[in-house]
Amino acid sequence: MSDMPCLETHALCKSFGALQVIQNVELTLAVGERRALIGPNGAGKTTLINLLAGRLRPDSGSIVMGGTEITALTEAGRARAGLARTFQINSLFRNLTVFENIFLAVSERLGTAHSILRPALAEEEAVALSEELMRDLGLAADARLVVQQLPYGHQRLVEIAIALALKPKVLLLDEPAAGVPAGESGVILELIEALPKDITVLLIDHDMDVVFRFASRITVLAQGMILAEGAPDDIARDPRVREVYLGKGRHG
Amino acid sequence: MSAPDRAVPSARSVFGRLAFGVKPWEALPWAVAIACFFLFPGYVPLFGQIVIMTLFALSLDIVVGYAGIVTLGHAALYGTGAYASGILAVHGWTEPISNALCASLFAALAGFITGAVVLRAHGFIVVMLTLAVTVTFYEIANHTGQWTGGDDGLRGIDMSPVLGRFEFDIYGDTAFFYGLAVLFVAFVFVRLLVNSPFGWSLKGIRENLGRMHAIGCPVYWRLLQAYTIAAGLAGLAGALQAQTTQYVALRALSFDLSGDVLIMLIIGGIGRLYGAFIGVPIYLLAQDKLSAQDPANWYFWMGIMLIVIVLFARGGLLALAARLTELVRRRWR
Amino acid sequence: MGDWSVLVSIAFLGFAYGMVLYLISVGLSVTMGLMGFVNLAHGVFAMAGGYATVTLMNRYGVPFFAALAGAFVIVALLGLVLERTLYARLYGTSDFDQVLFSIGLIFVSMAVARHFWGPLTQPMLVPAYLKGAITIFGRDFPAYRVFLIALSVVIITILWLTLEHSRFGALVRAAVDNRRMAQSLGVNTGRLFAQTFALGSGLAGLGGGLGADILVIAPGYPIQYILYFMIVVILGGLGTIRGPFLAALLLGVADTACRYFWPQIGAVFIFLLVFIILFFRPQGLLHRGRA
Repeated sequence: MSDMPCLETHALCKSFGALQVIQNVELTLAVGERRALIGPNGAGKTTLINLLAGRLRPDSGSIVMGGTEITALTEAGRARAGLARTFQINSLFRNLTVFENIFLAVSERLGTAHSILRPALAEEEAVALSEELMRDLGLAADARLVVQQLPYGHQRLVEIAIALALKPKVLLLDEPAAGVPAGESGVILELIEALPKDITVLLIDHDMDVVFRFASRITVLAQGMILAEGAPDDIARDPRVREVYLGKGRHG
Repeated sequence: MSAPDRAVPSARSVFGRLAFGVKPWEALPWAVAIACFFLFPGYVPLFGQIVIMTLFALSLDIVVGYAGIVTLGHAALYGTGAYASGILAVHGWTEPISNALCASLFAALAGFITGAVVLRAHGFIVVMLTLAVTVTFYEIANHTGQWTGGDDGLRGIDMSPVLGRFEFDIYGDTAFFYGLAVLFVAFVFVRLLVNSPFGWSLKGIRENLGRMHAIGCPVYWRLLQAYTIAAGLAGLAGALQAQTTQYVALRALSFDLSGDVLIMLIIGGIGRLYGAFIGVPIYLLAQDKLSAQDPANWYFWMGIMLIVIVLFARGGLLALAARLTELVRRRWR
Repeated sequence: MGDWSVLVSIAFLGFAYGMVLYLISVGLSVTMGLMGFVNLAHGVFAMAGGYATVTLMNRYGVPFFAALAGAFVIVALLGLVLERTLYARLYGTSDFDQVLFSIGLIFVSMAVARHFWGPLTQPMLVPAYLKGAITIFGRDFPAYRVFLIALSVVIITILWLTLEHSRFGALVRAAVDNRRMAQSLGVNTGRLFAQTFALGSGLAGLGGGLGADILVIAPGYPIQYILYFMIVVILGGLGTIRGPFLAALLLGVADTACRYFWPQIGAVFIFLLVFIILFFRPQGLLHRGRA
């Protein structure tokens, strides 16, 4: 069981018209692994996340999670199977409160979201789990605030909270601290480090400090292909990786 | 909608669930309705109409206001309920409550089937499909005159007394209270629905469809569920219409009626549960007073009003009221 | 032998019908693709063109061609005014708002039509030289329909050439393809939208006048025919001008055939067909892969 990879892709390909955005990507993540995905702008990182999450369909290749092929599953199906993701730009329910944002995800996971028979606030289990999650992420004080009114750093926490509410086996984090002012990003980074060890995490980020602090293994993507993959120190020393970043700005 | 400090134990009983979060002023519409019955006896038939249309508009609110599905075809479901009720009655099924429930189920089925097709599309194609549904149902009813009476309409609907005691008469008293009772039960149900996890997920779908997919929500089925329930309620309203006016016309399946009920709802405001209760009486009372001479004139002003509302008063009267209370609240601090 | 004749008749009438549908719908396709506006009220412009043509001819004795040209100009102006004063305020708003606005406009136009022209269908008085039949390959065809097809082909050819080779056409195609890019390249999108809307409305008015005996002119016009225009646009592909041509011809022939062979439910048949198509391909038939 511990030998079986948690998430794999085989020969994954995706083109937009004539442009081949993802070429034959082979990825294998072990259970509980902390993998970082880095690469210059336009390398296809977000496209890869979208393929994994089910927002895009690959042209060819397959995706396997926990030994089961999930290539044919929809985005929602994959979420129900235990794959959660966050978005680089917040995708929240802006006019709903923090509590409601998290509750929606919790109730989907519990399978009670279709229920008409009881007021939402009387769903004891869902309410309790939502409150617990808010406490864990330090959002308890914001519970009744509409997301739109929150500072960006807190909104980002809600973004992650929604993904965590799904109790995922695999968590895809797309630049979790992106756009967050420096003073507030510490909370997010601590949160990521404190994630349960049984969740497999794939993290995209441009900040090399974050990447090296967090990842046990790094995959470098360039022009839709895996350029290099290995332990952080090896990647740091790899001349090809340096070349691919040479002369290009670090911000995206 | 906000987080309580702990889950509320009183919601364990059925009554607790149904009355969850009830505020005192929520008794107002019902008190007003009953008061009007005694204060303006000459208008009781009109009040009966208002009650029926409120139920219709309430069902539309579920689709448009909560599920966020833009439909021009809600009359198709209303008319299906009306014709189902009428046809059943003409063929001997005259017990009102069971007749209404049966017609409502029939409309829910029609809603399920049409919704299954319509909801596969996205964007403006959905609107077009709902319009096509309405036109299709209309044409079918028009061409099956042996069942529906065609152009002349369906007559000969003679219902038995409600609960065996209350006869339908020309004064409309029974019709009014019967309709009001049905509306009350339906409203309690809708209120429960709107505050349930299901209702919350509809708001989520309206707010951010993509995120709902990403959290595992089976959006298509959730919306279909909402659409079917709303269809059943619309059909229930149609059945009430057939039963109380003893007549069903093709207009019950028309785009015109779809547009009318949409306007009634918009006046009050969508997605706020009580929009129907505000918009419908205003529309019907105004229509009663103003459109006696020239119906074409009425549609002219309705069109103007729609355009004005869209440009300047989005969200209807309830939104306006909400904005005003917010302003007042701020001044008061 | 008789069956063959019937099929030719149906094809011929269907073609004429399809041409009219195309003339009216092409403007809708372009403006929906360009402004992203759900203009359910498009039929209003076709109806206005029909009323303008008929009124110019019947009440003011304007000759047929001049009446058509007049209808084009009048409706184009109407479109321009409405676009600048009303439509432009609603670009980018929700589908729901746009639908509501369109319904409002439909109601207003229907009421105006009923008020000034009454509830009955306007008779189309075809000029004498276009009456009767023309013999082609030994077969009689209604002269007016032949003329209609011929004139439509001319207009459509001019339209296509204009859109392919003029600067205006290039701007429209660019903006449909990528509005933001066009804006950042300095294209005055406001003026482009206005011109395109005016042209599309004018063509719709022309189609309405030309096709007044196929799509009859009565106050209920905008609601009665909007589905057909929408079907043409959806099947043909939003924002394109050739796809809708094929779609219009197909729809014209199919609808004519359905009404002939199954007069009872003919009208409904088309919609059922459309349902089935959209069930399997919710994004449209000749759709060219845009989201």
